[in-house]
This record gives sequence, C-alpha cells and structure tokens, in this order.
Amino acid sequence: MAEEMKSKMMGKQSILFSNPPVIVAGSSIAGKKEGEGPLGHLFDTIQEDPMVGKETWEEAESEIMKEAATKVLEKAGLKNTDIRYLVGGDLLGQLIATYFGIADLNIPTFGLYGACSTMGEAMAIGSILVDGGFADRVMAITSSHFASAEKQFRFPLDYGNQRPFSATWTVTGSGAVIIEDARIHKKNSNEPTIVIKGVTVGKIVDYGLKDSMNMGACMAPAAFETISTNLEDINVTPDYYDKIITGDLGYVGQHILIDLLKEKNIDISQNHMDCGIEIFDKDKQDTHAGGSGCGCSAITFTAYVMKQLKEGQWKRVLFVPTGALLSQVSFNEGRTVPCIAHAVIVEAI
Amino acid sequence: MSNQKKVSPSSVVHEQDIRKRNENYSKYVEQVTPKTNIVMNVIKAFIVGGIICTIGQFFISYYQSLGAGEEAAKAYNSITLVFLSVLLTGLGIYQKIAKFAGAGTLVPITGFANSVAAPAVEYKKEGQVFGIGCKIFTIAGPVILYGIFSSWVLGLIYYILKILKVV
Repeated sequence: MAEEMKSKMMGKQSILFSNPPVIVAGSSIAGKKEGEGPLGHLFDTIQEDPMVGKETWEEAESEIMKEAATKVLEKAGLKNTDIRYLVGGDLLGQLIATYFGIADLNIPTFGLYGACSTMGEAMAIGSILVDGGFADRVMAITSSHFASAEKQFRFPLDYGNQRPFSATWTVTGSGAVIIEDARIHKKNSNEPTIVIKGVTVGKIVDYGLKDSMNMGACMAPAAFETISTNLEDINVTPDYYDKIITGDLGYVGQHILIDLLKEKNIDISQNHMDCGIEIFDKDKQDTHAGGSGCGCSAITFTAYVMKQLKEGQWKRVLFVPTGALLSQVSFNEGRTVPCIAHAVIVEAI
Repeated sequence: MSNQKKVSPSSVVHEQDIRKRNENYSKYVEQVTPKTNIVMNVIKAFIVGGIICTIGQFFISYYQSLGAGEEAAKAYNSITLVFLSVLLTGLGIYQKIAKFAGAGTLVPITGFANSVAAPAVEYKKEGQVFGIGCKIFTIAGPVILYGIFSSWVLGLIYYILKILKVV
C-alpha cells in the first residue's frame, strides 16, 4: 500500500496519477466584452448585462458562477447529488462570490483562495481527491468579475484614472469542470477522453516586486519555477507538451517567462500560450497587457483548450494558471506581491 | 546611474543572493515593461485641461454679464463645473474623458468632484451610512485632510511672521 502511494509522487512537488481522472465536461459563462473577443463564439453563454439582473456586482458574480455550475452539470448529464465535492473560489474577500453562488447546489464544498491561479488549484485538488479514492466526481469552479474586482482591488468604476500599459483587464466570467473517476467513466467513442494526467503544486514565489499594476511581471517568476519544476520532476522536455498554457501573464509576463526559462535552457517560445493574451484583442478592445482574473484561465480552458484537445488539435497540454496573492492591506502596507502557479497536465486519450 | 546598465535575465536566474536577485529582477522588469509616452500624455492633459478652464472662464464671464460680482461669478462657476463633473460621472462619461486626458481632468475642480461622486455611485449598494457615508471620501479624503492641514500650517507661519512684523 505504501509503495502504491509513493508511486504517485514525482520529483519535488509533482504527482502523476495512477488512474488519471477524466474531465467529463466544462462550462464557460462570459461577460459581454469577453463575448466580443477572439474566443467569443466558443463560450456556452454570454451575459450581455454586467449586473446579470442583480442589484450588486458581487451578486452578479455569484449568479454567473451559479450558471457555470448548472451548465456543467447539464452538459455532463448529471445532477448536483452526483457530485461528491465542489472545490472552488474567487477573488473577493471571504470568497463571497463562490459561497453565495453555489449555496443552493447543496454540494459539500472546499473553498480555495489562489487568486487567479484558483482554477489550477481547484483542478489539482479535485483530481487528487478523485484519484485518491475520496470522491467519484468533483466539480472545480471559479469566477471573476471586472467590476467587483476593480471595486475591491483598485478604484470605483467611474473614477477618472489612466491604466498603465502593463495593467491587465479582469475577465468577467465563470468556468467549471467536472472531474470523474476513470473507472466509472463511460467513454464517448466519438471523441477523445480528456484526462488529468498529473499536477505540479506551486510554491509561493516572490521576486520582490511591489507594482500591482504590473501583475504579469509579478507572476512570471512563479510560472517560471512551476514549469521548470514540472519538466524536471517528470523528466521531460518542453516539446512533451503541445502547448504550455499560462493563465494571465499577459504580454509583459509572457516575455519575461520565456526569457527566464531560456536561462535554464528551456525554450517554450514555440509552444507557449497565455489565456490572458488569447481572450481579448488588445488593439480593438483596449485591454493593455491582456485579460486576468480567475475567470480568464477558467473559461479559456473550458471553451478553447478543451475544444482543441477534443478535436485532436493538441494531444497534451500543461495548464498553468498563475495567481498574485496580494491584498489591499498588504499593498498599502508596502509589502511585495507574493505569487503562485499550479500546473495541471491535461491529455487527450 | 546603475539603471542605465542593461540587466540580463541571466543575472536574475543565476543569482544566488535573494536580495540581489530581486534587485536585478526589478531592473530587468523595468526594461521590458512598455512605458507610457509622457510627451503625448502631457499634450493631451494640456489640451483637455485647457478646454475645461476655458469653459470655466466662459461661465465666469457669463455670470458676470448677468450682473454677478467677480467673487460671486467665480463661486457660481465652481458650482457649475462641479455639477457638470458629477453629472458626467453618473452617466459614466467622465471616466472615458479621463482615460484620454489624464491629469487634464484630474487637476481641475472637476477631478475632485469626480473622485467624490465615483465612490458615492459605487458604494451606494452598501447603504447610506456604511456605504456612501463611510466611503465617499476614500479617494478625496487625503486631499481634504492634507489640504486643510497644510492651510493650517501656512496660517500658523503667516501668524508668526505677522507677530515678527515680517509681513
């Protein structure tokens, strides 16, 4: 038994699963601006109304998360009672978007705060629970909302200020996946099955930056350390992956990540992709460095990455959402921006 | 200036001393982060700020033509500009102008009005007391506090100079 447990652990901080859990379905609910972006035609639902018919930004974010949860159940042909645990979180203090949003679902819940890395963290914990035999099905979910994030982390929406080029644009959206035990999964013969082959859990990485308007540069070292550790731990080269997909580094962060990895003789310039860069058209949509927020990587993954895997365009990807773990208080107190990145190996078989 | 020396990513990745690594990283990030065009920003701010002031001058002259004295006309002008700024903030237009104008919309009294009206709109949902009441001055608060404080200091200096018969 001990031997079997040990075999899942790889290197310093990675896991390769004995029975890679299956991602049975993914849902993506996007805001209007995201719907107008390059990936707009791929999202399940586009919410034209930023308030989603609610009274406050926070309620609106909860509502889109509820929609994402309902949608993923519908797409998987499952009921809420079929889900053993829900693992998720969002950007707001005390995770209010998540807890208010999913309350009615009545699913045992683990709340996570990983900032924008939350989708990676949720998928990692979800697949650990499933492969460990602690759950047959887990829902991993996250959300972000442009207005609720601006309100919490920056300024009121109508305040007249200018954003620097390095600033990112918080995505309004919510994405969810259902992770299922491979042994109970009924394979759909028409398309490949998407499985989570393994994960690399990130450490807190802090290279001393304090500029919250340059999140890409703050988070790039976290992605750098997690990606290089992943390759080392499972002993592969970058071309093992068709794509290495970071969450929301944006243009500045992408540049830095590629630069830093080159110093370790790891070249990802050909197969790197960043969800924050993909989700908006920076010239037409005036989003500066790119999209950000938990929803950014979540809906890009569920709408675009999963589609590419299902259609056989890509065989194996490393999904690496990154998070900046600062708060208003830590920022005002002059602290640095600690960051994290979790890597999830997703494969089409 | 050490800033003028190019910092390579190598001096970040291969630096063992964490403090030095962070210093190098900070310099390297500065190199690769796109900078805003200061000259363009200044020109835009100058033009829009100038337009706002011209509008202000128009109001002063207009109120004077209606018979108001100079002081009264200036006060009416401030009230009018503040009103227009708050109205445009509420309609979501002020932020769009500010995105273009930067300091051009920030420095005149309209910027101050915007910084009070924007939190009022945002925090209304949190109630009259804990929302608007507590948070309306989250942005303008420092201006008010230090504005009043510095005028108090200046007043004190003026008072002392007066006693010393310097002024």
